[in-house]
Amino acid sequence: MGFFFPMVWYRHDDLKEMLDSNKDSLKLEAMKRIVAMIARGKNASDLFPAVVKNVACKNIEVKKLVYVYLVRYAEEQQDLALLSISTFQRGLKDPNQLIRASALRVLSSIRVPIIVPIMMLAIKEAASDMSPYVRKTAAHAIPKLYSLDSDQKDQLIEVIEKLLADKTTLVAGSVVMAFEEVCPERIDLIHKNYRKLCNLLIDVEEWGQVVIINMLTRYARTQFLSPNQNESLLEESAEKAFYGSEDEDAKDAKAEAASLAKRKPYVMDPDHRLLLRNTKPLLQSRNAAVVMAVAQLYFHLAPKAEVGVIAKALVRLLRSHSEVQYVVLQNVATMSIKRRGMFEPYLKSFYIRSTDPTQIKILKLEVLTNLANETNISTILREFQTYIRSMDKDFVAATIQAIGRCATNIGKVRDTCLNGLVQLLSNRDELVVAESVVVIKKLLQMQPAQHSEIIKHMAKLTDNIQVPMARASILWLIGEYCEHVPKIAPDVLRKMAKSFTNEEDIVKLQVINLAAKLYLTNSKQSKLLTQYVLNLAKYDQNYDIRDRARFIRQLIVPTEKSGALNKYAKKLFLAQKPAPILESSFKDRDHFQLGSLSHLLNTKAVGYQELPDWPDEAPDPSVRNVEVPEWTKCTSREKRKEKVEKPFYSDSEGESGPTESADSGEDLVTQKGMGQGPPRWGMGQEASRSPIPPWHPPEWVGSPHRSLGPSQLLSPAFGAVRTYELLHRMAGEGLSVEYCFSRRPFPGDPHMVAVQIQISNNTDAEVKSLRVSEPKPLSGMRIQEFPEIERLAPGDTVSVVMGIDFCDSTQAANFQLCTHTRHFYVSIQPPVGELMAPVFMSENEFKKEQGKLMGMSEITEKVTLPEKCRSDHAIVQQVTSAANVGRVPCGADNEYRFAAKTVTSGSLVLITLERREGAAAQLIVNSEKMVIGTMLVKDIVQALAQ
Amino acid sequence: MCFQQKMIHSLFLINCSGDIFLEKHWKSVVSQSVCDYFFEAQEKAIDVENVPPVISTPHHYLISIYRDKIFFVSVIQTEVPPLFVIEFLHRVADTFQDYFGECSETAIKDNVVIVYELLEEMLDNGFPLATESNILKELIKPPTILRSVVNSITGSSNVGDTLPTGQLSNIPWRRAGVKYTNNEAYFDVVEEIDAIIDKSGSTVFAEIQGVIDSCIKLSGMPDLSLSFMNPRLLDDVSFHPCIRFKRWESERVLSFIPPDGNFRLISYRVSSQNLVAIPVYVKHMISFKENSSSGRFDVTIGPKQNMGKTVEGVVMTVHMPKAVLNMNLTATQGSYTFDPVTKVLTWDVGKITPQKLPNLKGIVNLQSGAPKPEENPSLNIQFKIQQLAISGLKVNRLDMYGEKYKPFKGVKYITKAGKFQVRT
Repeated sequence: MGFFFPMVWYRHDDLKEMLDSNKDSLKLEAMKRIVAMIARGKNASDLFPAVVKNVACKNIEVKKLVYVYLVRYAEEQQDLALLSISTFQRGLKDPNQLIRASALRVLSSIRVPIIVPIMMLAIKEAASDMSPYVRKTAAHAIPKLYSLDSDQKDQLIEVIEKLLADKTTLVAGSVVMAFEEVCPERIDLIHKNYRKLCNLLIDVEEWGQVVIINMLTRYARTQFLSPNQNESLLEESAEKAFYGSEDEDAKDAKAEAASLAKRKPYVMDPDHRLLLRNTKPLLQSRNAAVVMAVAQLYFHLAPKAEVGVIAKALVRLLRSHSEVQYVVLQNVATMSIKRRGMFEPYLKSFYIRSTDPTQIKILKLEVLTNLANETNISTILREFQTYIRSMDKDFVAATIQAIGRCATNIGKVRDTCLNGLVQLLSNRDELVVAESVVVIKKLLQMQPAQHSEIIKHMAKLTDNIQVPMARASILWLIGEYCEHVPKIAPDVLRKMAKSFTNEEDIVKLQVINLAAKLYLTNSKQSKLLTQYVLNLAKYDQNYDIRDRARFIRQLIVPTEKSGALNKYAKKLFLAQKPAPILESSFKDRDHFQLGSLSHLLNTKAVGYQELPDWPDEAPDPSVRNVEVPEWTKCTSREKRKEKVEKPFYSDSEGESGPTESADSGEDLVTQKGMGQGPPRWGMGQEASRSPIPPWHPPEWVGSPHRSLGPSQLLSPAFGAVRTYELLHRMAGEGLSVEYCFSRRPFPGDPHMVAVQIQISNNTDAEVKSLRVSEPKPLSGMRIQEFPEIERLAPGDTVSVVMGIDFCDSTQAANFQLCTHTRHFYVSIQPPVGELMAPVFMSENEFKKEQGKLMGMSEITEKVTLPEKCRSDHAIVQQVTSAANVGRVPCGADNEYRFAAKTVTSGSLVLITLERREGAAAQLIVNSEKMVIGTMLVKDIVQALAQ
Repeated sequence: MCFQQKMIHSLFLINCSGDIFLEKHWKSVVSQSVCDYFFEAQEKAIDVENVPPVISTPHHYLISIYRDKIFFVSVIQTEVPPLFVIEFLHRVADTFQDYFGECSETAIKDNVVIVYELLEEMLDNGFPLATESNILKELIKPPTILRSVVNSITGSSNVGDTLPTGQLSNIPWRRAGVKYTNNEAYFDVVEEIDAIIDKSGSTVFAEIQGVIDSCIKLSGMPDLSLSFMNPRLLDDVSFHPCIRFKRWESERVLSFIPPDGNFRLISYRVSSQNLVAIPVYVKHMISFKENSSSGRFDVTIGPKQNMGKTVEGVVMTVHMPKAVLNMNLTATQGSYTFDPVTKVLTWDVGKITPQKLPNLKGIVNLQSGAPKPEENPSLNIQFKIQQLAISGLKVNRLDMYGEKYKPFKGVKYITKAGKFQVRT
């Protein structure tokens, strides 16, 4: 020993010398030896000072190995580790993006609490780096910092929010990972990025795809309605009726009827559809984890009719490594209970080969049993017959259990199964016999009367079979049905009494049980035997058995004290017992998110995020709308579609729909005054990708001033209600339709905007049954049609009112206008000003409300008032013509205030116009609906300029 | 303050005799003693195949795979999709295979520094970072005999001094600046027949699984499209990420910018409606006599529906029942071995000629006194047929865009037995 230690020291001295030398080759040699030590789990921490000196070494491999060492030991040698920090800080400023990234990576991996502030700063800076690779590294660093100091959570969330808005595929997976670790509860951060994530998904790297898909599954469960809600409606209402107290019943019924009416025409939210559509191709990923992630997404989110597509992909995974098979089969087992039909075509893919590992065999058996039904049961049973002869005894036992389950579930084959199992009773292998006995016992319980032969047969087995569980089962059967085998039962008891002392505990308990039952039914033959058994049990070593014997004696043997209970003994012991239900151990496992560790273990794993239930009512879908003027949307939607068509390599895909959100996200940040990141439309990353078509700035960037959409329609004629054309005379073949916003509340539904429609018949013929049909509203939008106009004489004009709930968005409502001969596709697009209704309030109230809507909800714009628009009258006229708002009385004479509420959600919209000297004025709009605010500002500015 | 973290915490490599020969930690260090739970499960499982891939311990979860006689045991602290970890571990094993030619304990021990460098790049804070072979090879050069000699003399390194631009591009699977003097593209269409044949020789279950493995050595940034004569045959396909999905959906053409080197382009299954032609048949007579310590064994293999191609590389393996002590057989062709410990009979037949069918016949010696085995063993058959894709799949043409040179193109077909089992 004394000799050995100096040796070790000597070797380390040798390494130190090498590390201190000037030659890189020696250093490298030393570092390699040190890393080999670490790899073998040997302690190399005493070399720390010598190693850390080389952190700035020029040789890349030496440097990398030093990093490996540093990350491994920094936690133990915090003070010394600090020496290396400045090197990394320098690296963070390097012009090469890879060096910046690698510096951040190592810096954030050093688990030394003192450097938390430095890490925080570095992460923040990297999050706005030009290079997406550095931003990705920043995303990776977030969980590292969080695990070191959870107090940084709030600041980190800000960084996550910023990175979520990033539009590159490189960053997406990593930042969602960070999101899941730091703040999975902040689902609100996802809204604005939802569509972008869906669209980028196919081009994110595989590992990121898994994380994003799992997160989006949870998100969708909180934001959309169940696509299968109609089928569960009946159950639900039954439940409600049950719980509803009487006086509330009437009210409940009404509400229910309303909700039924409202729910019946379930229309899937387009965003919900988007997710399903964009994940589907990933079922063809080569990565099993991605396939599984999509499969669970479909299982949890798709309409019943569409879930089937995942079966094929999952079956494909069964060709993969056995570990993959193991996990996939566990999930298939759970799925096959709820959605049996989808795996039925693949029944044969679950057939078992003798070379499968036992754990795989048993899982396949589980799936086969779940898939069994009346039509395929004979095939399955034939297959099971080959399995029973397997050499793998655990597998045989499981097969017998499976047969039992098939027999209970499918009445038709119960007798066949039972006969098969009885044959197994003469099997040479005791385990097989024992397992069969246990299963037969369960089956017999269902219809004992017809099977006294089988019971007799089993009674004979007590002589040979030794497995305790099987013996106990036989005894229980004979006791329970002793009246069917009156001659044999006492004889069995006699034999068991003889061997009582040598039996296992569970067998002893059943012997007592048998004795008691026989005593009650056939006391003449068994009285003495029972006494004998009870006496033996009284002195047994096991106190359970002693207790049981004492208890039973009191119950069955009439004494003076026992009294009333005794009379009921027979009822107690020989009551009808319900047959056991043999069900899958995978039943109800789907309350865990499929594919998760928790599902596999069937217990909640640490850090598991519960899969929420569908909401009863869908939350506001407009939260996912991105903050650009809405009217660019239609075009950008089409554009997006086109881009999706163009497959893969599509970072550029991010530029259509997705970028909107990316950009607006940044806008938010800057408004809050925290991000000073350099503009991201940088050349750096995009230009470097040669095979990709050069990146074009999105078209809409230049466009906000291109057309102001509906606002140009606003009449210069003050106050007059402007009419819009719905159907031109030519297009309508003589029928012309105009509409206007009457600015009156729509009768019947306060959340709808009233649209007055004027229809003129310019043809020579009568137009019959004029009506609205097939409204195809976007998510959440509702249309209340006008009553059908039966006939419209030539030259006549009729005016009707319809109600539309635009959901506080300026997206068009599309529907068809039908006559008895023709259909016309038309759409109504509201100017933003028509989406609100005036509110009257005092100046004080106004100021109070305005105070609540500061910061991001406030939009300010400088206005120059033209000559003719400087009078009070003109200003008020122009504003009220641009928007349906009410004037708020105002103390100061150079200020104008207006207030309104949006029609659908009732959010306040407050407008303030402050006149400065001359033509200058300032317009302020406060509203929590930022989209509406932004658009309204533009509309008003436009109106004032005229 | 101890915050739980997701994804992979640590990795232990364990050989069959239970030695932990490598450990790597991505976060704080987890003691080797956590592996005791694994050893416990391993003991319970009797054979290596039955070790559960996921084990729950009081403070961690262990997710493991078994590859090439090595257990890759990863330590997890919180909820994570198990397949995510399993798939990643297999990717690690694939990478070792790719780098060292084999994924064995010796290879890993000999290259421990490269292994460590690879693991460092593949996982950051337990989350996969770079798993594409093309990127890794830019970062860390695979060892070659020549280089290791040169390195030891000059002290130059394995670590690439070029920066891995692939990681930054959005075709991360291809490295930039590829140059070859001979530009070649080879595709191997490999089909495997999975089948279960029952006692009477009828097919219980059969399907064809195929892959197209590619070896592409093309300069620059070639954009390839591969089309088939009969693409409708492909029922279910999984793709390498390089393939443009929409193009396949709309035109049934494989369009892609390939990675450099060897990779699997697609895996597919042939639609199950098509009846699968089984190229061989097996006649068998295996019986054990009651109350005597012997049995008979007689197996003949013959060709069937082989489309004029020769069936070769035929090997039969049988797991005989435990009671079998030894076998006394004669083979008319090839050679057989019987391992009395594992009870595995292997018969290496070779090529089948229809004129003279190979036959293996003789006596089985049973343990005296032991009961007659209940079950006859299943026969596992392997075979190969060159220049044939049993499904009939045919490559139509390969076009290259984006580069000017004329590449050399080649397609090879081969059919093999997959999980091909005959019940007796």
